[in-house]
Amino acid sequence: MWRDHLTEIIVFSLLFLLVSVMGFVAARWRAPKDMAHLDEWGLGGRSFGGWITWFLVGGDLYTAYTFVAVPALMFGAGAAGFFAVPYTIVIYPLVFLVLVRLWSVSHRHGFVTPADFVRNRFDSPVLALLIAITGIVATMPYIALQLIGIEAVLKTMGVTGDNALARHLPIIIAFAILAAYTYQSGLRAPALIAFVKDSLIYIVILVAVIYLPYKLGGWGDIFAAADAKFDASPNPNDGILLNGNNQLQYVTLALGSALALFLYPHSITGVLASRNRDVIKRNMSALPAYSLLLGLIALLGYMAIAAGVKPLPGNSAGSVDNNTIVPLLFDQQFPDWFAGVAYAAIGIGALVPAAIMSIAAANLFTRNIYKEYLKRDASPAQEATVSKITSLVVKVGAVACIVFLDPQFSIDLQLIGGVIILQTLPAVALGLYTRWFHRTGLIVGWVAGMGLGMWMLYQVASPTRKHFGGSAFPLSEFGFDTTRTIYVGIVAVAVNLAVAALVTLALRAAKVEEGVDGTEPDDYFADEGDPRVTPGTERDADSAREPVA
Amino acid sequence: MTAPEPEAPTTAPSRAKDHSPWNWLLFIPIVVPLIPAFFNGDSPRVFGFPRFYWLQLAFILLGVGTTTLVYQMTKKRGGR
Repeated sequence: MWRDHLTEIIVFSLLFLLVSVMGFVAARWRAPKDMAHLDEWGLGGRSFGGWITWFLVGGDLYTAYTFVAVPALMFGAGAAGFFAVPYTIVIYPLVFLVLVRLWSVSHRHGFVTPADFVRNRFDSPVLALLIAITGIVATMPYIALQLIGIEAVLKTMGVTGDNALARHLPIIIAFAILAAYTYQSGLRAPALIAFVKDSLIYIVILVAVIYLPYKLGGWGDIFAAADAKFDASPNPNDGILLNGNNQLQYVTLALGSALALFLYPHSITGVLASRNRDVIKRNMSALPAYSLLLGLIALLGYMAIAAGVKPLPGNSAGSVDNNTIVPLLFDQQFPDWFAGVAYAAIGIGALVPAAIMSIAAANLFTRNIYKEYLKRDASPAQEATVSKITSLVVKVGAVACIVFLDPQFSIDLQLIGGVIILQTLPAVALGLYTRWFHRTGLIVGWVAGMGLGMWMLYQVASPTRKHFGGSAFPLSEFGFDTTRTIYVGIVAVAVNLAVAALVTLALRAAKVEEGVDGTEPDDYFADEGDPRVTPGTERDADSAREPVA
Repeated sequence: MTAPEPEAPTTAPSRAKDHSPWNWLLFIPIVVPLIPAFFNGDSPRVFGFPRFYWLQLAFILLGVGTTTLVYQMTKKRGGR
């Protein structure tokens, strides 16, 4: 019952109110001269320095869902869930090498989205459209998942209802507030709120990893409890270490997820909002602090085992909702007021990425669909307006996904999302280094990668489901005599690349028109204050814009 | 780079900055955390953590150290 959790609910609500106010005030923070411009609304004026970028990108990449789902995975499967750690180590050198180039070329040409870049680089509106749609489709379920993070907390506090509408009312209200201040303040809102969110999370986790092992008898006992649980379970692939079957899956999932994460539109939005190349590069050394945090959060799953936490029932009869184990652990082990702080950390933690994701998806729609196909001569002010409205639509869609569909559907879609966003790797990431690929080759490769990825995901069964049971594809399906599994996304993107290369060779032999590269080699090294940024405007107020060809 | 370099004297320093051989070091924190043979074991334990856990957490420091080193070295080369 919710009355037993009154203190938690009050603390949670107060902190939630605080960030809502901050969200609205953010419009005046680092006040822009003209908010009616997509660079201002959608990229915070491209002016964020080191600290803001650290909080913003950290708050963006490490979402509430991550904080809830990773320990849930550790709780359920053990070592396999720890892939989140190598995954978030590998991503930073990759960003250091690759996304810095994207920042430079975007800075000089005024690109807002990865599809803008592809449009210009490969002279292909069709390829850009595919990249934009891929980004939007991959981002939508990710936003919906943030709601699952909040719901896990609300459920633990006993805030539920008898029918779907009553049960979801708190989330609908939360998202309505979020939508309103994102509409008003744009990227400045999550940037400002991220300070609160991340501070709360760091405090909660530091307390948790010092206090809980002390209460539960030390780390040795915690690992022993986890080991005993997995030994007793019938599943051969769980345990506190990996076995021969899931090692390949572990490393391909870590690598594939890292490659996917930095292709996600919301990560790119966070990176493009930084002031210069140095800010990004320095952040690649500072952001791994969050990886350490995530590693410790993952271990909360084992602490929940040691503390004997029993997950709350799921939406369908007989199922359990492992996502509730972390909130339950806090409820059981912490004083009420501190559990309330922890819940607020998770709840607010959902708002920051949800805001950035909806902005990123809105920018994609505005730049690569609206401006490309609906209104070619749209002014920057019109672009900002369309983006603001689209961000509202995106959030309504995300809430509708959770209210009207089984949440499992969003989880499936997010699984698919990681695989499909990887299919933009050849055009976006490799495109930053080479224009060797033919634009049509990239399109055919994308189709092949998407098709194969979907088929493979469909084939993956789990103990409870026949299809879409996970992303670990058994290699025996390809006719190999082995019980090993591999991450679907890596195979799909490898095929994508191979097809793109073959088609490129064929088209080049046939001398098919390749279009004109709109960028120059030294665009990829341009930095703040570059003399060739489209002139006529002061950088901080209205930077880096040129009419899209 | 595959495209021919145009004459652009104003950006020559930044070009040198991006092509630094130090960048190759960044492949260490990309490759090392993806080799299970290093970390997939129980002993030795540190503070009760099996090797699987403490070593992977230690790889975070490897990543931080490498990116910091590369940043510092390439920054000097660019003359900033």
